[in-house]
Amino acid sequence: MGIPRTGRRLPRLLAPMVAATLLTVTACSGGGGSTPANGDTAAPAEKIKLTVGLFGDFGFKPLYEEFRKTHPNIEIEERQAAYADHHTNLAAHLATGAGAADVEGIEVGFISQFTAQPDRFQDLKQYGLDKRQGEYLDWKWQQGVAPNRAVVGLGTDVGGLAMCYRTDLFKKTGLPTERDEVSALWPTWDQYIETGKKFTASAPKGTKFFDSPGEIMRAIIAQAPVGVYDAQDNIVVATNPDVKKAWDLSVRMVQDDLSAKIGAWTPEWNTGFAKGSFATIICPAWMTAYIQDQAKNASGKWDIATVPGGAGNAGGTHLTVPKQSKHPKEAAELVDFLTSPDSQAAVFKAIGNFPSIPALYDQPDIQNFTKDFFNGAPVGKIYSDAAKNLKPQHLGPKEGDVRTAIGNGLGRVEQGKQTPEQAWAQVLKDVENVK
Amino acid sequence: MPVVRRAPAAESPPHPPPGESRTRAATSPWRHRLDRLVSPYAYIAPFFLLFAAFGVFPLIYTAWVSLHDWNLLSSANPFIGLDNYRELFSDGYFWNAAFNTLSIGVLSAAPQLALALVLAHLLNRPLRAQTLFRITLLLPNVTSVVAVVVIFSQLFGRDFGLVNALLDLVGIDRVYWQANVASSHVAIATMIMWRWTGYNALIYLAAMQAVPREIYEAATIDGASAARQLWGITIPMIRPTIIFTVIVTTIGSMQIIAEPLLFGAQVSNGAATTGGTDRQFQTLALYLYEKGFRSFEFGYASAAAWVMFLLVVLVVGFNYLVVRRMRGGLDV
Repeated sequence: MGIPRTGRRLPRLLAPMVAATLLTVTACSGGGGSTPANGDTAAPAEKIKLTVGLFGDFGFKPLYEEFRKTHPNIEIEERQAAYADHHTNLAAHLATGAGAADVEGIEVGFISQFTAQPDRFQDLKQYGLDKRQGEYLDWKWQQGVAPNRAVVGLGTDVGGLAMCYRTDLFKKTGLPTERDEVSALWPTWDQYIETGKKFTASAPKGTKFFDSPGEIMRAIIAQAPVGVYDAQDNIVVATNPDVKKAWDLSVRMVQDDLSAKIGAWTPEWNTGFAKGSFATIICPAWMTAYIQDQAKNASGKWDIATVPGGAGNAGGTHLTVPKQSKHPKEAAELVDFLTSPDSQAAVFKAIGNFPSIPALYDQPDIQNFTKDFFNGAPVGKIYSDAAKNLKPQHLGPKEGDVRTAIGNGLGRVEQGKQTPEQAWAQVLKDVENVK
Repeated sequence: MPVVRRAPAAESPPHPPPGESRTRAATSPWRHRLDRLVSPYAYIAPFFLLFAAFGVFPLIYTAWVSLHDWNLLSSANPFIGLDNYRELFSDGYFWNAAFNTLSIGVLSAAPQLALALVLAHLLNRPLRAQTLFRITLLLPNVTSVVAVVVIFSQLFGRDFGLVNALLDLVGIDRVYWQANVASSHVAIATMIMWRWTGYNALIYLAAMQAVPREIYEAATIDGASAARQLWGITIPMIRPTIIFTVIVTTIGSMQIIAEPLLFGAQVSNGAATTGGTDRQFQTLALYLYEKGFRSFEFGYASAAAWVMFLLVVLVVGFNYLVVRRMRGGLDV
């Protein structure tokens, strides 16, 4: 019979292959086995490399060094990507089960989309991090918790709102420059618009009152008790009067020609900071670092006043540990360390991201912290007040898509492509299609 | 079964000679046979294995995904049959993207190939510093697409852009390039032309150099002008190459994504993935990206990918037919 014969012959062909495979395998295991044998037997733990995935600079570098003092066996590597790319990549890495960092930052605009899938993340309760709950602003803590009560992420910073303005441009147009007087100009958004009209009447050529209405509309929506989602995750853009109010205010600002029509995060925006194309800009705490970076030539010309319309939150981040992490315990320890009160205070002083731990707000070193770039503004006090007055707002799973639809609508008005009514009608249609 | 039949055949020749050569003599015909049968396949296997892993499998898997309500992040993805396709065909934004893709494709491909032909014709003669010219042609193609789009977006910038400054100079109104359909398509087509004209010119040049010089000499004696020679000799002679470039350019232009994405990023973050505030310049590939990687609707994006694939086949087939009928002046 043929079959036994092939059976007899096959080994001849297979033998070298098997031998080669075995050799490779033994070589590998030999190499692996030899490391601990040759290594220092006194070392407390094996060497571990943790990766941290972030969007932009979080001011963590000095903290890593600090962490290594207590964890000498852990090496930390930080990866940075642009905001949108970072979250897109993270989603892809989670979906495919490979490629995510051990610690991943998630911005608040995306957090509910990710907490909706708790099985993709380590529940940080397992590592005892739920003990931190009491330290946090309650709403900030809740944002990092999944519907099934798993603790997906611990908060780093919050983005309490303020309004940054250029004192030199204000002076030129005869407006007050002192920050309390400026704050008194605009308790409401209507008064902000009135101030803007006064500014525009005698503004230097090429200078507008603010950059673009997109971020302002975001801020106005953030100040409302309910935003684009209600507590049951229904999209309420069409029925929530506060959203329509934010839209109408923003449209008015466009029609009154207060906008420089420069979209946030575009190259022209960066140029605008350097050239002084706009006199005011919505600035959550984390924005101060960005302004400082872009408007290097304008040190001392910027100052910070309160935001019209009351407190609100824009932005802020959570640190998470994906399920696929090979060292979840160490990663959780790193998350615990990076979000600790001391670390958050250090980050604030270094780059401006404001802590999400209220016990810090009354500490003298935070309260008395000032920034020379902003004309010596007491940023610690300003953002403490902003954070204390915050009323939390529920964010839904497709927050980003909904806001893009509204923002594009406002963009169409600004580009003169549609009347406000047409644009709003299309916004409602677009929002309906968000599932 | 074949194995069984082959085995005795391999066994038949041995007349066991004495000594150590015995084993070699016994195996070599068998090995030779195996070699002849298997080796060719083994040699080409790497390509097909890679193609299967990175070409066929994704293609089929995409089709499978497109039949599900598949969210990139969630673990439960229910089967929904052809619902995604049904929704897609009534999705105005999808057809808007299809129109934009075609429009940008035509605006970039037609002038690009015509210009490439002329450039190649100009270079297809004894020139000083030939290599320099040819390298120069290829330079824009070597530049990264991101760099090209960023530079061009600044040139087309509304407030500080060079193009608008020039328009201002000659008294024409400034254009907000991203705001309108026509202006944005022209701007994006310009970027594509910048990158690919030289590349196509080089391909044409290579083909032109294979055209026998005698034909040109005869034409010159007959008094044909350079333009007449281009139309009457060059184009018909290099037609297979033209067909090739038309197909490759068509496929390329159906896949445009980086240009509109980065061009829209000049307006705002949101307008980047939607290709403008009113989707003025959102291409099919960008639409797919928006659905799949911003909204994480993977099933829907997969359905879009398959329809896009069919559209590419349609458009390429149409172009092929058109170009094949294009004869130039030779047979007239």
